[in-house]
Amino acid sequence: MTGLRYVYAVCRPFSAPLQTQLKGVAGDPPRLLTHHGLIAVVSHVPERDFAEEPLRRRLEDLDWLTETARAHQSVIDALTVVTTPLPLRMGTVFRDDSGVRVMLEAREDDFRRTLDRLTGRVEWGVKVYVDTEPEERDAPAQKPASGRDYLRQRRMRVRANDDMWQQTEEFADHLHAALSAYADDSRLHAPQNPALSGVPGRNVLNAAYLVARNDSEEFVELVDRSKDETKVSIPGIRVELTGPWAAYSFAGEET
Amino acid sequence: MTMAGRLPEPYGQGSGANLADILERVLDKGIVIAGDIRINLLDIELLTIKLRLIVASVDKAKEMGIDWWEDDPALSSGARRKELARENAELRERLARLEPGREEERREEERREEGSREVGRRQARRHDAGRREARRHEEEEAP
Repeated sequence: MTGLRYVYAVCRPFSAPLQTQLKGVAGDPPRLLTHHGLIAVVSHVPERDFAEEPLRRRLEDLDWLTETARAHQSVIDALTVVTTPLPLRMGTVFRDDSGVRVMLEAREDDFRRTLDRLTGRVEWGVKVYVDTEPEERDAPAQKPASGRDYLRQRRMRVRANDDMWQQTEEFADHLHAALSAYADDSRLHAPQNPALSGVPGRNVLNAAYLVARNDSEEFVELVDRSKDETKVSIPGIRVELTGPWAAYSFAGEET
Repeated sequence: MTMAGRLPEPYGQGSGANLADILERVLDKGIVIAGDIRINLLDIELLTIKLRLIVASVDKAKEMGIDWWEDDPALSSGARRKELARENAELRERLARLEPGREEERREEERREEGSREVGRRQARRHDAGRREARRHEEEEAP
């Protein structure tokens, strides 16, 4: 068999069929490699892109990186529909099937422990954004009549700005506390860069919550209610929900 | 093993998912395993700058199917494009300044690095850096 083995995830055997026509990285359909009662989900990938040297170069090629990241995610996504996958970091590559088996065997206990912890659970992402220029929302200030007038107007703007930040922070803390109490686990991630995400406003909360599938509907309602609350009480704040994701943020070290 | 089919409909996911959301998880989260092929994933700051370059070049991004700004009046105006072109030039400069140093750093790292341990540390630093940056923004905007 030619080519290398790209591993997406490890999971337990599952009975439901994977979505047909599913294409993984490099266009190869994901295959299931069973060993010791665990499954590694792998694709055959060409050496010309995934051997050490070319892969290093490829990762600097953003078209390729984006395409590969999306392909990786779409396989994880398809797995999430039928089972609980442990997603591996993008770019985990072995020479052949036996290399993958050796890895499965070496980490067997870890995988089982983590699978026990995550089974039946998914990840939801919640972000809070705030418009960065609140003063523009207010009515345009009158032209200051004097220097003192200017300073007074400026002071008022600064104060309004401070108030808004404080409100935003309180809201984000409150929301995170409420959602954490409901979820089985949570992680705070670094705020996203608006230039990268393409989302206007500043990202003040970027959190991930581990939630049981069966509780997910209620969790989503909880987030939806907070959206409604913000609309009435604090202008300029937005709550955004993404998911369900595989438990990416919780697959690593235990807490 | 089967799953209860009671998952709510996906929110903001699929092909329309925010690229940052996907990269954040696929590149930065998940289980780190040293495979047979040893690689260093891009430092997140460098990656961000590079991605901004792509986004800044509108036609390029369209080619890639990144077109979220078309629904965003703040981004689709000509003025905004000019702003992007300027930012593009600035970022290229910054990138040029960052790259040579990084090359050396990476070579050294490769000599020392033993697989995933470094990745873990880098991730922790990255996270701290993100927090620090958020704080710095706040301070800058304070009077």
